[in-house]
Amino acid sequence: MQLTQQIYLDNAATTPCDPRVVEAMLPYFTEKFGNAGSRNHRFGWDAEDAIELAREHAAKVIGANAKEVIFTSGSTESNNLAIKGAAEMYARAPKGQSGRGHIVTVAHEHKAVLDPIRRLMREGFEATFITPPADGVITVDHVREALRPDTILVSVMWANNELGTINEVPQIGRLCHEREIILHTDATQWVGKMPTAVETDCIDLLSWSGHKMYGPKGVGGLYVRRRKPRVRLESLVDGGGQERGMRSGTQNVTGIVGFGKACEIALAEMDKDRAHLQPLRDRLERELTSRLEVCQVNGHPTKRLPHISNISFGFVEGESLMMGVRDIACSSGSACTSASLEPSYVLKSLGIGDDLAHSSLRLSFGRWTTAKDVDAAIGLIERAVNHLRSMSPLFDLHKEGVDLSKIVWQSH
Amino acid sequence: MAYSDKVVDHYEKPRNVGSFGTSKEVAARKDIGVGIVGAPECGDVMQLQIRVSDSGVIEDAKFKCFGCGSAIASSSLATEWIKGKKVDEALTIRNTQIVEELSLPPVKIHCSVLAEDSIRSAIEDWKRKSGNTAATTDAAPTASTVTAH
Repeated sequence: MQLTQQIYLDNAATTPCDPRVVEAMLPYFTEKFGNAGSRNHRFGWDAEDAIELAREHAAKVIGANAKEVIFTSGSTESNNLAIKGAAEMYARAPKGQSGRGHIVTVAHEHKAVLDPIRRLMREGFEATFITPPADGVITVDHVREALRPDTILVSVMWANNELGTINEVPQIGRLCHEREIILHTDATQWVGKMPTAVETDCIDLLSWSGHKMYGPKGVGGLYVRRRKPRVRLESLVDGGGQERGMRSGTQNVTGIVGFGKACEIALAEMDKDRAHLQPLRDRLERELTSRLEVCQVNGHPTKRLPHISNISFGFVEGESLMMGVRDIACSSGSACTSASLEPSYVLKSLGIGDDLAHSSLRLSFGRWTTAKDVDAAIGLIERAVNHLRSMSPLFDLHKEGVDLSKIVWQSH
Repeated sequence: MAYSDKVVDHYEKPRNVGSFGTSKEVAARKDIGVGIVGAPECGDVMQLQIRVSDSGVIEDAKFKCFGCGSAIASSSLATEWIKGKKVDEALTIRNTQIVEELSLPPVKIHCSVLAEDSIRSAIEDWKRKSGNTAATTDAAPTASTVTAH
């Protein structure tokens, strides 16, 4: 396949580093290479100072105190540490026994939340996976209904990575604080895009990542509340006692410096970024849904992040759609089985695609996405969908008014 | 996903896309055979329509395909190969020939199988409708058996 200059619309997967972030990091590879744990010389002090400055910036972007931020390798590690660490710390029965406690989460969480919880279920914990409503938004009522007297932990993402839908996390936080249950939120897609105030929003544990907000890969943060209540975690990695003993290992000084810079910029430019992103997203959605029939935007129409769009196209197969839009770098998110693409459990959990043969694209915008990029993408998607529909026997049947679900198919 | 140049070519410029009318119209015509194989939930549906002369020559063929690039290319290629052939000659086309022609990787072999099945299915349908009783024995059920439930 020929390599052309692709339009990058996959900023929910990762973002390029802001040049200001790279610039801030560079000295820490070479002249300021010290180990922050070296207490006896200038090299170590410089590294430690840089880390503590980064911690201030990281704390500010989520409305926390610097002492409440732990640096990790990214959201997956933060989620693992938060969920496993809290479950072990607040377990109602010792290891090896059943009835250790109940955890509430949601079916469309990221795998980095679901899989740690599934592991805990094999280790004596129980869990409830809330089925999201059709609009994808988890409300405080959904969580309230799932709580049990033995619930020790709730983990609800702030915004969904495939849909961009925003859950009622502050309301859920207040409920959890009333019931004295720990609330963790995976805020990977949320932080840096939206104002965050963990203190007033009653969040106990919050995970986020550098590379979703124009920082480097391999570094992230975990907020761990220090007062009202003081949240404690069982560590996963033991050793030198770095990061308040919750995450041992020599700190990734360059990464942390970049993460801190990315947080600083995100806070300063959040309003500007949002004012840039939302019109681009709205334009794409408006154009595609008006130009193409059987085309729908998935997730709640307004309770959504400004930079993620998930759109379904009827009667078009997923892999051929990706082939048709190969000049756009984006994610596929089909709810249907394709011969080669896994269906998205997120879209399936919303019941999207039950009416067979829908394919979806997740298009996500970033700080450097231009209106020209978006217009080109609109044209490419429209052309690909029309091309595939001109070949689609299912689109013909739809036009003839045949209900595809009522046909007996001769499958293999 | 590395597609061969031939697959990309068929995807970009599919040969013989189309149909000889709505499903009702073609059902009423004795000179047209229709094969629909696959299922939406499996990610592949191929529809092949053939127009056959009294002497059993496939004069024209049209396809529609819901499926990946390899499935589109396999059905597009099938129409090219069967046009002008006698039905019995068309029945000798094997999926392995399609695999070879399009350089399909192992994960895409099912696309070529579907294309072969669609040929057999369309010919079977034509034989039944035209009253030609020399029907092949192992052809898949056809569009005319597609029923509501």
